[in-house]
Amino acid sequence: MHIVVCIKQVPDSAQIRIHPVTNTIMRQGVPAIINPFDLFSLEEALRLKDRVGARVTVLTMGPPMAETSLRKALSLGADDAVLLTDRKFAGSDTLATSYALTSAIRKLAEEDPVDIVFCGKQTVDGDTAQVGPGIATRLGFEQLTYITKIEDLDLASKEIVVQRRSEGGVQVLKTRLPCMITMLEGTNTIRFGRMDDLFRAARYELKTWSRDVTGAEEGRVGLKGSPTVVSKVFVPKPRAEKAKMIQAEADTPDAQAAAAIDAIFGAQPKLADDLLARAAAGL
Amino acid sequence: MSEPSKPQGRKFQLPDHLKVYQNVWVIVEQERGIVHSVSLELLGEARKLADKLGVEVGAVVLGADSPALDRICGDAIGFGADIVYKVTDPALADYRTDPYCRVMTDVVNTHKPEIVLLGATTLGRDLAGAIATTLATGLTADCTELDIYADNRSLAATRPTFGGTLLCTIQTLAYRPQMATVRPRVMAMPERDDARSGRVIEIRPDLREEDIVTKVLTFIADREQSEAQLAFADIIVSAGKGLGKVENMKLVFDLARVLGGEVGVTRPLVQAGWATNDRQVGQTGKTVRPKLYIAAGISGAIQHRVGMEKSDLILAINTDPNATIFDFAHLGLVGDALTILPALTDAFGRRLSVNRMAG
Repeated sequence: MHIVVCIKQVPDSAQIRIHPVTNTIMRQGVPAIINPFDLFSLEEALRLKDRVGARVTVLTMGPPMAETSLRKALSLGADDAVLLTDRKFAGSDTLATSYALTSAIRKLAEEDPVDIVFCGKQTVDGDTAQVGPGIATRLGFEQLTYITKIEDLDLASKEIVVQRRSEGGVQVLKTRLPCMITMLEGTNTIRFGRMDDLFRAARYELKTWSRDVTGAEEGRVGLKGSPTVVSKVFVPKPRAEKAKMIQAEADTPDAQAAAAIDAIFGAQPKLADDLLARAAAGL
Repeated sequence: MSEPSKPQGRKFQLPDHLKVYQNVWVIVEQERGIVHSVSLELLGEARKLADKLGVEVGAVVLGADSPALDRICGDAIGFGADIVYKVTDPALADYRTDPYCRVMTDVVNTHKPEIVLLGATTLGRDLAGAIATTLATGLTADCTELDIYADNRSLAATRPTFGGTLLCTIQTLAYRPQMATVRPRVMAMPERDDARSGRVIEIRPDLREEDIVTKVLTFIADREQSEAQLAFADIIVSAGKGLGKVENMKLVFDLARVLGGEVGVTRPLVQAGWATNDRQVGQTGKTVRPKLYIAAGISGAIQHRVGMEKSDLILAINTDPNATIFDFAHLGLVGDALTILPALTDAFGRRLSVNRMAG
């Protein structure tokens, strides 16, 4: 069985800051990490490898520095790694990104047919959750998003049973390989790498593929291949009025609390009525 | 990746062959006969967009034919639709990507809407990505604001970016339809108008179950509805890193209990393991719009702000008088949440119990 795990290197978004004067993003010194949502999918792929045996290839599209994320994935137990990198890919939106990644998956499949593609549920920098479904649609794979558990996988019949989180409950789905899976966060915990994998990852010779190698058409990647354009980037406007600051009669918690409640009920008299009615009803 | 830039693309004029695409659609999400509230919110938003464009609002309702589905078609008209495309087939009873995507792309190709909106739910995100790829058109996820550029009638879809530190406005230029998803409770729920009338177009796609690979074996309904409770709570007391340590979480739970409300948290608290992620309010958590939002020890990062700024009344408690949260809270209290929270719990408890005795 051949599993491809698509990962993305992202800036640790918790650490991004905006320059107070120029309003631009300050990227310097922000560490790059594997998109945290991808790790749940990578771990699930590695568990399938442990369970039924599989070759796990990690694939990423990004600048050359994304190599570090691939090596990290190798050190956790992935077998092979492909870096899809080309200046022509710059500016790709989700449609163009799924096209480029699909071209690489097709090339991988020429050597070794792909049974499962794992993607992260979404990225922490783009937050779109669109690339996984895009890849599934292009490949004609069954699309299994927000998976909480892989219940069963039968390699002989190529049948897979999964639990999928949906609004108000969990769907238990049975389908056939090949499929594209995105795992829900918190469904597993990424393992620690083994020492021998760590050494192997350091020495591993990455496959670096450009657009020419995968045969992706130039007009379908990058800005040219992207239907969406960013027409404006801006800092959210502060509300016209700042908060009305509550002044308590004394500098004690009780006085502050009393003043806060007066201010709340003053601003929202109806809220006071609602609360009192509920309290009176004994709720 | 784009850096802050001047508005661009607004001068773009649509080629003639795409001008036949008209009307603003909402794909109405229903599962087991219950319509998701986000679809009704989107109908209200679609109404505004369609009125600006001078076109009609279409609602697409998919499922197995049933009285419940007819009721939903009526709801769609009451909440703003002029046309309902009622698409029925036994194979559409449960949501599955493949049949839903196939049917939707057919309906779009036949009726040619210029804008298609979906809720950013597990269903909406799963379906939107598949449809947009099949149609090879633009899709913007998790929008917080939708508008029309008057110059060229195109959709201006605004969403947070870079983990919610900035907002960006995205357009789909030479492609139709323009697609967007919007998270629940980001848009206001419109008033239902029973006097509204609309027409229902019935579509029977004639799917063959044997052509559909994925089967739904069972559906396990959630017993615990804590997520729904937070999302629809009238009162939310939220905690940020300012609470200092996990033991102090008790203070927000105490106040929430007295008020009959729910507890929310910021992302760092989830990351620190102080609360489960179903309580997270913000860009990567829930969007809420309660009547009262009490933010205790929350600095006001944009990541958090986008999830709660539509609350009717926001009271912020923070020791730092320059905290960002005071820029968008309605009421501010400079002080230590650790002492003010218990005082609020006592004071609210007294006021409410006094009234109970009086009543």
